Amino acid sequence: MSDLTLPIDRQRPLDPPDEIAELSRQAPMHRLRYADGHLGWLVTGYAAARAVLADPRFSNRPEKMHPAIPARAELAQKGGFRLPPGMFLRTDPPEHTRYRKLLTGQFTVRRMKMLEPRIEEITNACLDDMEAAGGPVDLVQAFALPIPSLVICELLGVPYEDRARFHEDAKVLVNLETKAEDALAALASTMGYLHGLIQRKRKEPGDDLLSGLIEGGDLNDEELTGVAFLLLVAGHETTANMLGLGTYALLTNPGQLAAMRDDPAVVDNGVEELLRYLTIIHLGPFRLALEDLEIEGNLIKAGEMVAVSLPAANRDPSRFPGGETLDVTRPAGGHMTFGHGIHQCLGQQLARAEMRIAYPALLRRFPGLRLAVTPEEVPMRSHMSIYGVHRLPVTW
Amino acid sequence: MEVKADTTVCIGAGMCALTVPDVFDQSEDDGTVVVLRSPVPPELEDAVRRAVTLCPSGAISAS
Repeated sequence: MSDLTLPIDRQRPLDPPDEIAELSRQAPMHRLRYADGHLGWLVTGYAAARAVLADPRFSNRPEKMHPAIPARAELAQKGGFRLPPGMFLRTDPPEHTRYRKLLTGQFTVRRMKMLEPRIEEITNACLDDMEAAGGPVDLVQAFALPIPSLVICELLGVPYEDRARFHEDAKVLVNLETKAEDALAALASTMGYLHGLIQRKRKEPGDDLLSGLIEGGDLNDEELTGVAFLLLVAGHETTANMLGLGTYALLTNPGQLAAMRDDPAVVDNGVEELLRYLTIIHLGPFRLALEDLEIEGNLIKAGEMVAVSLPAANRDPSRFPGGETLDVTRPAGGHMTFGHGIHQCLGQQLARAEMRIAYPALLRRFPGLRLAVTPEEVPMRSHMSIYGVHRLPVTW
Repeated sequence: MEVKADTTVCIGAGMCALTVPDVFDQSEDDGTVVVLRSPVPPELEDAVRRAVTLCPSGAISAS
């Protein structure tokens, strides 16, 4: 019997927990004790993680899943794992296929390319405001959060002036220590807001993604609300934390910062390397085996849970030699930060476009950018399902 | 090298179009993979192999 529970605490802010790193040196798969006593699995190896995430014999539906950490066990008990319709990330085919097909055309490489001029405008406006305010500023509030938040709001047709509400709710929902009733209240609050927005758009459509989905007629208001929630929260929390934590990583690795700032040819790969090295999804994804199956010689029984540690997989030395250091020139393609299999991130090309524009624009506008506090004083998001920095005081 | 794509499996992640835009595109309607040229010229074969390994849903193959 294993007494291993899922390690969360990081000893160093940019590295996975030491226990995870040690496990990953020993084997690609491990028995893991879930919060309700269930004995399932933890995957730390790259090949095993890919195999699990691409295998249709695993389900991503939440209903029968065992929570990996205590606060989520309480949420599961209170019905928090029964998600409203439209949150298709947590569905299986054919339900998943139906939603994904309706959306993929909106997030193609070419569509995201067309958004670039607008992303540049938004980025430059944030940098202008920063410059006018003068340092020190909190880079999260001035730069990392507003860029992806404004972009996803414009894309979906969500009024940006309403952001305070869903930013707060999202923060409550991704906090791993949130009490069940607070999580359910935050979910209900943003869902209620978006349901009202969908109903208004049905009467007065705009030139935006949600209005397009309404016009398409494939989804009812409840389904549209769930889709809007998923895209809105996933669209700003993730990239915001990549921009915040990525800037922290660069500021504490000056050679890497100089390469990203001074060599435009480095930027595309540098973004992939930051995605790989930081792997801000530091808990899960989780899957449930639908039948007995074998992964890397291990028998996983029907009904057993598998937690995939993406931070460990992305540092597997057999796939990324020397991967424990940040090197923006390393070939970082093939990292699993956006996941793998049918649930691989829908918005990944949007996230790439935002980061490829925002990082160099920031570093070139403020060549003297530096932390306004010591690296140890920057508060890290250790207990949030999306890792990052809570605040990033910088000056120049 | 011949390239094949299965649009029923494709989830529109766009890794192929990002990696080898000379060979892969995505449909305007549903974002699924479109093969622009097959066979592929020898100088693009490595990139196509990379795109095959990057595809999250196994929708593209090369032989």
